[in-house]
Amino acid sequence: MWEYCGMARTEEGLTKALDLLKDLRESFWKEVRVPGSVSEFNPELDKAGRVADFIELGELMVIDALNRNESCGGHFRVEYQDNGEAKRDDDNYRYAAAWEFKGVDAEPALHKEELVYENIKLQVRSYK
Amino acid sequence: MIWFNDGGETFSNWGQFYRNQPNNSCDGTCSGGRLYYSHCRWLMLWKQNRDARPVKYAYSNPPAKSKWYSRSMGLLGTLLLIFLVIHSAHFWIPNRMQQGLTDWHNEIDLYGRMLEVFKNPLVVSIYVFGCISLFWHLLHGFKSAFQSLGVNHTKYNQTIEYAGIAFSVVIPLLFALMPISIYFGLVN
Amino acid sequence: MKFNLKVWRQKNANTPGKLVDYSIDNINGDMSFLEMVDVLNDNLVRQGEDPIAFDHDCREGICGMCSMYINGRAHGPQHAATTCQLYMRSFKDGDTVYVEPWRAKAFPVIKDLVTDRSAFDRIIAKGGFVSVNTGQAQDANNLPVNKAYAEKAMDAAACIGCGACVAACPNSAAMLFVSAKISQLALLPQGEPERNNRAIAMVNQMDEDGFGNCTNIGACEAECPKEIKLTNIARLNREYIAASVINE
Ligand code: HEM
Ligand code: SF4
Ligand code: FES
Repeated sequence: MWEYCGMARTEEGLTKALDLLKDLRESFWKEVRVPGSVSEFNPELDKAGRVADFIELGELMVIDALNRNESCGGHFRVEYQDNGEAKRDDDNYRYAAAWEFKGVDAEPALHKEELVYENIKLQVRSYK
Repeated sequence: MIWFNDGGETFSNWGQFYRNQPNNSCDGTCSGGRLYYSHCRWLMLWKQNRDARPVKYAYSNPPAKSKWYSRSMGLLGTLLLIFLVIHSAHFWIPNRMQQGLTDWHNEIDLYGRMLEVFKNPLVVSIYVFGCISLFWHLLHGFKSAFQSLGVNHTKYNQTIEYAGIAFSVVIPLLFALMPISIYFGLVN
Repeated sequence: MKFNLKVWRQKNANTPGKLVDYSIDNINGDMSFLEMVDVLNDNLVRQGEDPIAFDHDCREGICGMCSMYINGRAHGPQHAATTCQLYMRSFKDGDTVYVEPWRAKAFPVIKDLVTDRSAFDRIIAKGGFVSVNTGQAQDANNLPVNKAYAEKAMDAAACIGCGACVAACPNSAAMLFVSAKISQLALLPQGEPERNNRAIAMVNQMDEDGFGNCTNIGACEAECPKEIKLTNIARLNREYIAASVINE
């Protein structure tokens, strides 16, 4: 995640991350070993559950980062910049994204929540 | 009083006086009653407290967190109980037997009996030991009684603390001095 | 650093447990006690053994989850520190260290070093609600509070509900915990209408859960990671006695 979905992301890196995550998810579910037994209190099972969650969360982040072809806030896509400044695409990406899980191997569905600004005008933020 | 060395005159007089004060008997019953009550309550609570930890620690380090005499109130108290029984057997019971139910002024020669009893070094050491137990018992008990009644106030804690120490030193010390003095012939 | 550990292992509440020997090497003195157990657990998992179950959460001394009875002391030898804030430099290289769970009837062992401390939650729940006026947020100066009382209330409110006081107490009494919770409100004007009911209800629940009775020994105060004072227990006694007299 740090390498391919970190501060700066590229389409190439994100696509690669998605592949890596698929492998990781597969090998996790195949090879995970949880010590302890089902009939007793088991904090290790709790940890394993968290790892599974993190894999899913990672995948979600990568999918959304790959979909969002702009740079905005903490999401900096190397392809979309003006000399190191983030380049937003308000026309196409002015929404909050919610992804619906459709099954492990199925494409998730994107639901958009449009962002409506009534009192302020959208502008390019500049720190220069 | 015994240190007047007047053959027990003062001792007996004061003893009579003490027992004749209505105020005192009331006082004695009250404080005695309260101690009795708190001790009976404690016996019930003691079982609850033991039951509250069915599995003991394999390794415990009590001195690091509390005073031994605070933890040993039950033991110290039991020693006191034994002491109290011996003490009563020496003086109180024979005296009451003599007095019967109504004949309050017909006392045995308590003073003479004391001189007699305290010739025995074993008895003297039991009394001294009993008083030492009483010292430790009171050292915790005095302060603890205030705390249990909710009296813990920065303004008065010092006073309670020192009064408790003074009380637990003076009372057992005076008690212990009687047999010691007699044994070493300071009083005859 | 190297340590010989004797750790309490117990499958569940109904199976008797026992101390099991482990030895561990290459421990850094700046590791916390919990990190040392993490390393031990990592070794155990690698060896295919069942790792030691223990409670922990914040690891910065504020949540009250960690709870180990180390070398006969609740939260170990360091004064005013939780187990997560106890560092291995507090021990000598080569030391033998005993690790046990809190022991009290009211805190049954769930597994190894993990105990069920929901008895504390039940006491808190019995404390009930506190009446306040709703509506606009009050002006800060509307309800004057004596500075000294405010400080004491804050000190009492520092209790993190870890249960070390129960673990340390020879009677397994929960008085320090309950007194802290009672004091943090009893010293303030807020919650005054419920004051008496609260004292009675919390003390009754404490007894019902099977905690022992306070005999003013003071081990709780000595072991409390948040330095809650015995004065609070006197205040609880006062509150309870007053409430018993006044309540109808
Ligand atoms: C009959 C023998 C005695 C026994 C078995 C006994 C035992 C005890 C015990 C077990 C306690 C409870 C301590 C605790 O765990 O906090 C106690 C408290 C106390 N004892 Fe004794 N004791 C005896 C005699 C005495 C005597 C002769 C005195 C004083 C002259 C005395 C004064 C006190 C006081 C002041 C307390 C504190 C009461 C309280 O905290 O409410 N005891 N005793
Ligand atoms: S009073 Fe201290 S030892 Fe007891 S629960 Fe609160 S913080 Fe823990
Ligand atoms: S883990 Fe939170 S107080 Fe220790």
